[in-house]
Amino acid sequence: MSTLKPPVSGSDRQTGHPGAPVTLVEYGDYQCSHCGIAHPFIKRLLAEKEKDLLFVFRNFPLQEAHPAAYIAALAAEAAGQQGKFWLMHDLIFEHQDNLDGNSLLSFAEALDLDLQQFAQDWKSEALQQKVEADFESGIRSGVNGTPTFFVNGEKIDYNETYESLLHAVERVAQAHR
Amino acid sequence: MAGSILEKGATAPDFDLHCTPDQRLKLQDLKGKRVILAFYPADWSPVCSDQMAVYNEARKLFQQHNAEVIGISVDSKWCHLAFEQDRHLHFPLLADFEPKGEVSRLYGAYNEEEGQSKRALFVIDEQGVIQWSYLSPDGINPGADGILEALETMDNDQH
Repeated sequence: MSTLKPPVSGSDRQTGHPGAPVTLVEYGDYQCSHCGIAHPFIKRLLAEKEKDLLFVFRNFPLQEAHPAAYIAALAAEAAGQQGKFWLMHDLIFEHQDNLDGNSLLSFAEALDLDLQQFAQDWKSEALQQKVEADFESGIRSGVNGTPTFFVNGEKIDYNETYESLLHAVERVAQAHR
Repeated sequence: MAGSILEKGATAPDFDLHCTPDQRLKLQDLKGKRVILAFYPADWSPVCSDQMAVYNEARKLFQQHNAEVIGISVDSKWCHLAFEQDRHLHFPLLADFEPKGEVSRLYGAYNEEEGQSKRALFVIDEQGVIQWSYLSPDGINPGADGILEALETMDNDQH
């Protein structure tokens, strides 16, 4: 059984309820169509499970297969430096078919980011290291494609349905009641 | 009853196979480097493609341990070439094509019923000795965590 290495920490991008009994981690690639399919599932899960769920996104860009995956990951991280990681994350997934340098910059504009700062962060060594570290943690955790999900540190079987995520989350949530 | 795959301590059988239409690669050519030999059933099938895409990206992590990854299946050199180009793979794929499956058999990684390689991983040290091996069910992509752990164990044993 594959387990999450390292465990979720403060340096992870997270949304939902802090201290929730269930932490769902996704290793994802912004240009992967299967991650695009999963994106609304996550939004729905966060809305329905509210206090039960914390969601973490870690980058697993397959750069050779998806040429814009890496710059998209950096763009989301750069937006995160200005407190808008999740807004950028959503915009990118909602425009998955149109990802390149120009479109990513236009998302930054639409989010009213400080563009000079954004441009600087987008290329920064520190954020590249963050994305690489996410990728390496995925490899160490047994991620073999995207999206791969972990619930409270254990890899789950996800079959491209909302229900498979829901069941995995509910199983753990119930155990905590 | 199918035999089992070669295990730690066994000398890795040498091979001499096409890695491109006009080049061949021998295990001997790689002495001094660690080699990750990844047998897989077929180019283009969904699980293999994911597996090779992940190895493609994980190469930089393998290289930190002086290791190069090499894929191997019974597909022909031309099939491999098309697959590599389509998926932008930057590591060699060997064609265990003629005699079909000969090298896969030597490693115990040939599926006689299907006529294709099993999904088996071998980590071979600088001297050509197998240090780790793993047989995955055909339908399951084994990822790269086991490979990385094996390489790290080898690093630790050296110090």
